[in-house]
Amino acid sequence: MSDTQQAAGVPTPVHARNPVHVDQNRPRGVGGMLRAMEVDVRMIGMIVALIVIWVVFDLVTGGLFITPRNLFNLSVQTSSVAIMATGMVFVIVARHIDLSVGSLLGFCAMMMGTFQTNWLPAHLGFNYPATWILAIAFGIIVGLVVGALQGFIIGYLSVPAFIVTLGGYLAWRGAAWWVTTGQTVAPLDRNFTLFGGGIGGTLGATWSWVFGIIAVAAIIFFAFNGRRMRKAFDFPLKPMWAEIVNVVVLSAVMIAFVIVMNAYPVPERAAKMYLQARNMPVPDEPLNWSQGIALPVVAVAVVALIMTYVAKRTKFGRYVFAMGGNPQAAELSGINTRRITMYIFMLMGVLAAISGVIASARLQSAANDLGTLDELRVIAAAVIGGTSLAGGAGTIFGAILGALVMQSLQSGMALLGVESSLQSIVVGVVLVIAVLVDQIYRRRVGTV
Amino acid sequence: MDAQNRAPLVDMRDIHISFGGVKAVDGVSIDLYPGEVVGLLGHNGAGKSTLIKILSGAYQPDAGEIYVNGEKADIHNPRDARKYNIETIYQTLALADNLKAAENLFLGRELTSRTGALDDVRMEAETRKILARLNPNFRKFASPVSALSGGQRQSVAIARAVYFNAKILIMDEPTAALGVQETAMVADLVKQLKSEGLGIFLISHDIHDVFDLADRVAVMKNGQLVGSAKVSDVSQDEVLGMIILGKCPPGAIPGPGAIPAEKLARIAHV
Ligand SMILES: Nc1ncnc2c1ncn2[C@@H]1O[C@H](COP(=O)(O)OP(=O)(O)OP(=O)(O)O)[C@@H](O)[C@H]1O
Ligand SMILES: [Mg+2]
Repeated sequence: MSDTQQAAGVPTPVHARNPVHVDQNRPRGVGGMLRAMEVDVRMIGMIVALIVIWVVFDLVTGGLFITPRNLFNLSVQTSSVAIMATGMVFVIVARHIDLSVGSLLGFCAMMMGTFQTNWLPAHLGFNYPATWILAIAFGIIVGLVVGALQGFIIGYLSVPAFIVTLGGYLAWRGAAWWVTTGQTVAPLDRNFTLFGGGIGGTLGATWSWVFGIIAVAAIIFFAFNGRRMRKAFDFPLKPMWAEIVNVVVLSAVMIAFVIVMNAYPVPERAAKMYLQARNMPVPDEPLNWSQGIALPVVAVAVVALIMTYVAKRTKFGRYVFAMGGNPQAAELSGINTRRITMYIFMLMGVLAAISGVIASARLQSAANDLGTLDELRVIAAAVIGGTSLAGGAGTIFGAILGALVMQSLQSGMALLGVESSLQSIVVGVVLVIAVLVDQIYRRRVGTV
Repeated sequence: MDAQNRAPLVDMRDIHISFGGVKAVDGVSIDLYPGEVVGLLGHNGAGKSTLIKILSGAYQPDAGEIYVNGEKADIHNPRDARKYNIETIYQTLALADNLKAAENLFLGRELTSRTGALDDVRMEAETRKILARLNPNFRKFASPVSALSGGQRQSVAIARAVYFNAKILIMDEPTAALGVQETAMVADLVKQLKSEGLGIFLISHDIHDVFDLADRVAVMKNGQLVGSAKVSDVSQDEVLGMIILGKCPPGAIPGPGAIPAEKLARIAHV
């Protein structure tokens, strides 16, 4: 109990004037600087890997990869998997797995599709303004109920999640077919399809800037609010310069993202068709619309923010991590682990439904094979993003980065015309290497 | 003793539990008074941990009743036990390795702000306060408890029991992983808590420790109670005889597990 020294190689002030400040280290070298900034080294590794992937593909494709057009498409293509990956973090952190998310996505999409195309118009007429809200609410309820059912069997009846969701993987794919006995549902509601990020489904230049500015304001607020609260209790603080570097880097990335998305124009013809379809006046001169940030990406941002809050600031999130770290301790601490388990799968079901909205809206139709293989992409994204299959460790931000890494690889190879069989091989190999590197890192640093 | 005139803080009556065919606890009755330390002794696998896990809600007994302050207590899970101010320091430390000291200390009873969000800063402040009292050298508030030494982890577990105003404290081999200095610290703490009127069940394999701290000892063997005695009425050798042979000395009150005198005589003869 007298052990105050810290990890080897980290200088510890022997004569700390104020014991409270002992865990603060002077920055020394790059490692020391990163430590002072309290950034996760694994996260930095992943960001570096992402940048390397982008640069290499850009060089190999002769400058086709890092373009507004490609990055815009990349952001839209990543959304559906990224949203589900945030939920998969909770599932895996709590030492479970969910193999049913792809099938569930398909089932929810089919239910929403028939609901808005075959059922609602009979009562409300076509393209009724609230159709999209009702359809999404309906899909979320379906996801919630399915998640609750699976979660109940896992949590209260103690059937392993692997088995329950393997059953769900088969059952919900079958159910997706039964909704319309295999027919693809189209066309979907006009407002609903905007969530696919197609024409009209983006924020445009002005709102993208508003979005970016709000994000930057939030970054600054959270950094300094946290600092103020720790200061109130006289706790060790990050050095001011580290705080500022953090904020500046994050804000710069945010602003760069807005600029790039705004640099991608909406095709003239598509823009004019969009206006025509809505009976709006179509000017003769060029419109010069910017795409801006796509709605699916806005959805990812909102989901990420909420999920991060849930993970870090709510009892539920704390209990999920406690269960992953030591299920017995969680139980003995009076946590109702069965109920928490059910909630985790309900949350996953809701996220699968949201991804179902994006995936079907993007194709402007709901087909029963929607989301096929997504369960594997989602699990891979979470794991590449640093979620430990042993449970107890994982971050929302990491999972989203993981999804982006995987999609970048796939898009890049598609740009190069690599056959899809070879794409699968590469993604599979990368998954294993990512986890291997992570294992080695963890073993060296000595964290779980 | 005047403690004996009050209602017992805890009264466990005729507790039974078996796992498969193993009768881990077989008809044990035991009580505990305020301001009293009862040492629970017995060889490995005697059923000590199982008995106290029933009190702390981790296991459900097959039969038997528990009374707290003279009233029948319904303890079906650890949450119920906490409602009766029963706090437990488990033999296998019940800490989540991936969480920090403060997060572990408040696990299941987090402090929240007005909006219902976790108030980590306040929890850390409280943790610093209580640990400053229990283990002034403790500094690792920012790391997960997996990075702590056995003794540091133990102080987190003890701090948790102390912080939440336990009335009944169960310590299952609290010093097993500790060095000399830390063991002395736990002993001081036990004395202090006892003087504050807590009742403490202390499980230990160290008879010296138990004689130093406990008012009474209770000995278990093969799931049964051999007997209980005031430490002033028995010698350490006699207690060893209870543990090893199941032989109940004259100064002790025999339980169902005590080996009858004639049987002992036969064993001695052979
Ligand atoms: N969860 C369980 N499932 C099956 N058997 C169990 C379980 N818990 C305890 N037992 C058995 O019950 C008996 C009593 O175990 P217990 O842990 O109570 O012993 P103990 O007196 O605490 O021993 P020690 O001094 O080694 O801690 C042992 O035979 C043990 O194998
Ligand atoms: Mg034990």
